[in-house]
Amino acid sequence: MSDKLLVTFSPHIRDEMTTSKVMLHVVYALLPAVAVSIYFFGAYAVKTYALTIFFTLFFEYLFQKIRKREITLHDNSALVTAILLAMNLPPNSPWWLIAVGSFIAIIVSKQIYGGLGQNPFNPALVARVFLLISWPAQMTAWIKPVPLHKSFFFDAVSTATPLGQAKAEIISHGKIVGEYNDLLNYFGGYMAGSLGEVAAFALILGGIYLLIKKIISYHIPLSYLVGFLIVVVPYWVIYPEKTLNPIVHLTTGGLMLGVFFMATDMVTSPVTKKGQVIFGFGCGLITAIIRIFGSYPEGVSFAILIMNAFVPLIDYYLRPKSFGEAINEK
Amino acid sequence: MQKHSFYGGIHPDYNKEKTAGKKIEILPYSIGESLTIPITQHLGAPSKEIVKKKDVVKKGQLIASSGGFISSNLHSPFTGEVDGITLAPNPIAGNVPAIKLIIKETNDDFLKIEKFDKFQDTISAAGIVGLGGATFPSHVKLSPPKKVDTLIVNGAECEPFLTCDHRLMIENTEEILLGALLVKEKLSIERLIVGIEDNKLDAYREFEKYQTKYNFELHLLHSKYPQGGEKQLIFATTGRIVPEGKLPLDVGVIVHNVGTFKAIFEAWTFGKPLFERVVTVTGAVKEPKNILVKIGTPISKLIDFCGGFVGKPKKIIIGGPMTGFAASSLDTPTTKGTNGVIVLREEDLPDIRKTSCIRCGRCVEACPMGLVPAIMEQFSLNEMYEKLIDWHVVNCIECGCCSYVCPSRRPLVGYFKTAKRQVMNILRQRAQK
Repeated sequence: MSDKLLVTFSPHIRDEMTTSKVMLHVVYALLPAVAVSIYFFGAYAVKTYALTIFFTLFFEYLFQKIRKREITLHDNSALVTAILLAMNLPPNSPWWLIAVGSFIAIIVSKQIYGGLGQNPFNPALVARVFLLISWPAQMTAWIKPVPLHKSFFFDAVSTATPLGQAKAEIISHGKIVGEYNDLLNYFGGYMAGSLGEVAAFALILGGIYLLIKKIISYHIPLSYLVGFLIVVVPYWVIYPEKTLNPIVHLTTGGLMLGVFFMATDMVTSPVTKKGQVIFGFGCGLITAIIRIFGSYPEGVSFAILIMNAFVPLIDYYLRPKSFGEAINEK
Repeated sequence: MQKHSFYGGIHPDYNKEKTAGKKIEILPYSIGESLTIPITQHLGAPSKEIVKKKDVVKKGQLIASSGGFISSNLHSPFTGEVDGITLAPNPIAGNVPAIKLIIKETNDDFLKIEKFDKFQDTISAAGIVGLGGATFPSHVKLSPPKKVDTLIVNGAECEPFLTCDHRLMIENTEEILLGALLVKEKLSIERLIVGIEDNKLDAYREFEKYQTKYNFELHLLHSKYPQGGEKQLIFATTGRIVPEGKLPLDVGVIVHNVGTFKAIFEAWTFGKPLFERVVTVTGAVKEPKNILVKIGTPISKLIDFCGGFVGKPKKIIIGGPMTGFAASSLDTPTTKGTNGVIVLREEDLPDIRKTSCIRCGRCVEACPMGLVPAIMEQFSLNEMYEKLIDWHVVNCIECGCCSYVCPSRRPLVGYFKTAKRQVMNILRQRAQK
């Protein structure tokens, strides 16, 4: 035998799942929602996805090239960030808004911290919040959806999201005056909103895929929903004119995207199951409080970012009991 | 049927089907062949050789003697002539001193060991060590300083690829049971439990046949790695939890591997010292087999007996793929702890290119000891040993589940093995103060 035998430490076998496959599964899970957004926003959606993916991958490549680091586009994490960021943008966002968003997501909130796995905050959400505060007009310039079978290229007609409309009514009239009972359309995504806000059913489908593939566990999504409903339901029962029906809450805005894809981002959520429950519950509570009492119509991004900050503490205080540890302390 | 289990763990591809149905074959040797027998083949104080070049030794004769209480004897596997003390390649220590023996006779008669009044002394004289792979001297475990009420026969064999225990349980069921009953009687232990994973139902059925004849409990275990880890097995079969830093006997339990019980039976009944064992040779070899092998046999002979390599070998594992060691040479001799020789080609090896931790938490879920490898890794890399003590690194059983599941291929268990050594030093110094 001419070649030397390979000597490495045990274990000598590994699970087939790799980081790039994990990320790819997340991309697959996002595809139904991508399809629905293209169905309703046609060319606008395609343009936004394409530009975001281009800018995001470009910045990742550029930063690593300049820093003379290994180019890690193959881990697919930038692709996930790209799609999630696009989903957080209005369908016809101007190209420069997308470029700035991609820069903030990849450079400022990911690579500066040391790249994949090192960032405390979800990159796509940091970018969204940055853009929302810097360019509130562009970030809330919603357009009316036009189903694909009617037109792919269509003229944008501006409108408001259900959550935005309701919040505006509450602010100006002190209560909700419009009718918000178009549940089937909310559930199916036939409404105004950012690309990833519009199809609750497609996002739930993707979430189920991630659960089945064991990419995420049920802990964060479930505790998120519980934390959210525990505030919204009683409040709605007592003041039905002050907030939307909980079903409308669940199917509009970024809630489903947040529940299944943003809060479950592994890098920025706790590693222990107990910690994940607390984390999800906190996200739910804060989302509900912002939606009901805040002046922003939507609170998912802020809620998740706030809870991201608590992750190191949660991990520290909710360390699981080591096997045999309890007895030892007696 | 109730199945017993533990928290955490993994389900790797077991790859046992190649050899699970194959009877144990006896490896033939011929006169003039040479063996390289490592002098120390156990965990504990090294043994000392008591033969020199040109000495003629009988099969079963003592050739190296125990170097203390936690140490073990070594016996010649053949009648032959000592060709001096040499070095043998060893996957853990690089090179180790070994006795080179040239075979003069290949008959089956062996020199019986002296039988002592005390059971433990006889086991010690026979050089029996834990045959599950850890090679801890058995007489030490059989001399508990406190009351033991439960004896467990470890038939889990949770390591992928290996089937040597599986075959022993089918072909030597009664010997294993008699060995266990012997220990039970000698140590006045009340309860005897046999635990077998449910991927070895045929072995389970063999034991079932003896349930009317002998008094023991038979437990079917969930097939999950590391079911055969002592602490996991004790929990699965008795519900008892071994406290951190303590031993099984602290909860009144002794665990031995099936092969060890067979060796104990043979030593007590026939005066046979331990100089051979069953080895599973599998992976990329023409005919994977379970083989009865004398200690000191180069693994190349085992591979030849299996028809040679299939394709080009890239890595040869001595032991199981989860905890075994990669051999650097085909001259590596088998020892009392060699339960498997697994040949892997380039295409059989996983991609182990390391990427960044994405905090997915798979390691936390997989850890059978309830540890948090993802966070402990940071402490290990930064040499924060005090933090590691707080996070219970001492409780790590080094099973490798964390490294196995890591999608970023981080060598987690390797970090903890290294860190544990430092932590143990710190704790020892602290205890001395």
